[in-house]
Amino acid sequence: MRQSAAPILSARALCVDFKLEQGWVRAVDSVSFDVRRGEVLGIVGESGSGKSQILMAAMGLTAANGRCSGSVTFEGEEVLNAAPERLDRIRGSSMSMIFQDPMTSLNPYMRVVDQLTEVLVAHQGKSRAEAIDIAVEMLDRVRIPDARRRISLYPHEFSGGMRQRVMIAMALLCRPALLFADEPTTALDVTVQAQILDLLNGLVRELNAAVVIVTHDLGVIARLCDRVIVLYGGRIMEEAPIEQLFGAPHHPYSQGLLAATPRLDDDTAHDLRTIPGTPRALAGQASGCPFAPRCERRMERCMAETPLLRGEHGRTAACHLVAG
Amino acid sequence: MSGTLLSVRDLKVHFPIGRGFLTAAKSAVKAVDGISFDLERGETLGIVGESGCGKSTLGRAILRLTKPTAGNVVWLGRDFFGLDNASLRQARRELQIIFQDPLASLDPRMTVGAIIARPLKTFHPELKKAEMDTRVKEAMAQVGLVPEMMRRYPHEFSGGQCQRIGIARAMILKPKLIVCDEPVSALDVSIQAQIINLLRKLQRELGLSLLFISHNLSVVRHISHRVMVLYLGKIMEIAERDAFYANPMHPYSKALLSAIPLPDPKAERARERVMLQGDLPSPLNPPAGCRFCTRCPMATDLCHSSEPPLAPRADGRLVACHFV
Ligand SMILES: Nc1ncnc2c1ncn2[C@@H]1O[C@H](COP(=O)(O)OP(=O)(O)OP(=O)(O)O)[C@@H](O)[C@H]1O
Ligand SMILES: Nc1ncnc2c1ncn2[C@@H]1O[C@H](COP(=O)(O)OP(=O)(O)OP(=O)(O)O)[C@@H](O)[C@H]1O
Ligand code: SF4
Ligand code: SF4
Ligand SMILES: [Mg+2]
Ligand SMILES: [Mg+2]
Repeated sequence: MRQSAAPILSARALCVDFKLEQGWVRAVDSVSFDVRRGEVLGIVGESGSGKSQILMAAMGLTAANGRCSGSVTFEGEEVLNAAPERLDRIRGSSMSMIFQDPMTSLNPYMRVVDQLTEVLVAHQGKSRAEAIDIAVEMLDRVRIPDARRRISLYPHEFSGGMRQRVMIAMALLCRPALLFADEPTTALDVTVQAQILDLLNGLVRELNAAVVIVTHDLGVIARLCDRVIVLYGGRIMEEAPIEQLFGAPHHPYSQGLLAATPRLDDDTAHDLRTIPGTPRALAGQASGCPFAPRCERRMERCMAETPLLRGEHGRTAACHLVAG
Repeated sequence: MSGTLLSVRDLKVHFPIGRGFLTAAKSAVKAVDGISFDLERGETLGIVGESGCGKSTLGRAILRLTKPTAGNVVWLGRDFFGLDNASLRQARRELQIIFQDPLASLDPRMTVGAIIARPLKTFHPELKKAEMDTRVKEAMAQVGLVPEMMRRYPHEFSGGQCQRIGIARAMILKPKLIVCDEPVSALDVSIQAQIINLLRKLQRELGLSLLFISHNLSVVRHISHRVMVLYLGKIMEIAERDAFYANPMHPYSKALLSAIPLPDPKAERARERVMLQGDLPSPLNPPAGCRFCTRCPMATDLCHSSEPPLAPRADGRLVACHFV
């Protein structure tokens, strides 16, 4: 793996807050990380823990009732809260995103062909015929059967997994240097999933690109990623190279996640293991460890004192049980 | 388990497509092409298969949300497709669906509390407001949503939270059958485990039946009594759960099981995989003979000319292959 020294993306103390009726709530709480070219970073964590909002903030797509603070730099340039024109330029050429919900990036009233060729015609000066050829080739690569014919359909005429692949094709058309992929393979069966993961891997190798992938599927993480961040309640609980995370997770939440993963060889007569307690409504700024209400190893100190992220060389954890 | 709840016979759903980009010829996507099976009370049938093979269409057609082209469905001994509007309405309260695309299935102008209460309001208008609220809060708690979220709107939720709203809505009437279309794909493993355990509990206590569509074969293994494998709109294999996982017989079933990503990076990287060769054939023009012949490692001349029937095997399972 060719990893260059300077990160292509750096987040420092990134916070995302949303205004609700009852006031501001924090969805992402002081998150910092780096990604380098040639590297695949995975983000895992509870539903609602802020994974998508980290990506949205970096893309400049935070909802209108939200605000971001801290810093996110892309190739050294600050992009957090940057001017829309600057973001448009970066998003159209070097940074793109596969959204969690296909319909957020596909227009239901427009044929797929027009959506895919728009960028190529408008920003890259291709003729319509050329653009269609490029788009069809990309649809072939994401394994849409009969692409040349189907490209003229509307999104609702595709199956769930095909819509997801159309969106993947759209994100890859500009050959991005940095790709955010939010649950890119949830709607795909395992055989197509394997092909898409190979395609993403190819992107990393061919273009020396970087990928940040959010997924609940630890199998996908195991297959694709170099490093993982584990998020809970908007904060990073642990960061580790994948072998270490799967081999010896430090944080009690990471341990719980691994234990709750269904395997092909475990006993089906019993219920699956879960992490006891209810997930948090929204990350708050209350003091103490965010995982404390659900942690089986909680100590008195955990409720009062927020554990800091400690460790080095990309192996960190935020837990009072883990020595720095 | 006692008694048949649902019988599906030779169900077909064909979507005409006539607006080829360069062609004028009329043809049809045979999304579901002659599917028959029975579902017992209290049984879970897992439905797996390649993206685009017709799983969602099958589920929707059974519930009359998509118009079937041919075939019939018997629900509790009555011809379901022949029901008049009043009887259909009555049957609907016992037949619910969890949609594949969570956000798109939630009305953006309604609060989450109102969305979940909707079926109750429709079928139990006599319930008092306080009772209704209690039931809604109970349903929310079961899927790991805190009651304070009742007054928020769908776009303020994360992907997995939206999926859980859809699950709560489907369960609130305690139906007899739920068609679950990728119900846990956007959930982290802990909540996924919680939902699977909950569905199993409802099944034990209320005799709930499930058609459980999922790409996650480990999850399917945990919840299903039987597994049905579809390929291009047809059944390739339908077998008891344990027999299926221990010894998948159809070559396509074998390929599917070997493509499952394992939550273990070492095993994952060392692993030999039966990767399927070739591209997905077009459902507009499925291969002659066996539908799987273009990608099957065992295919012979016979497979290209004659279609194998879905025939019973020694252990009672049905398999559509000449060489099993
Ligand atoms: N526009 C908004 N207004 C208010 N709250 C929001 C808004 N968008 C997101 N949130 C909240 O921010 C939190 C983080 O959301 P995010 O979408 O990042 O979760 P996630 O980790 O991606 O979860 P999932 O795995 O379910 O997709 C959630 O609790 C969500 O309800
Ligand atoms: N309204 C429609 N018009 C035309 N074709 C359709 C329509 N809905 C579905 N199809 C086609 O029917 C086939 C089956 O679609 P379906 O949504 O049932 O697949 P699926 O098995 O659920 O796939 P996935 O796993 O990707 O969700 C696909 O080829 C799809 O393109
Ligand atoms: S800091 Fe305390 S509560 Fe938090 S994870 Fe560690 S032991 Fe558990
Ligand atoms: S009938 Fe032939 S092509 Fe079809 S699955 Fe069996 S061996 Fe393969
Ligand atoms: Mg998300
Ligand atoms: Mg589907």
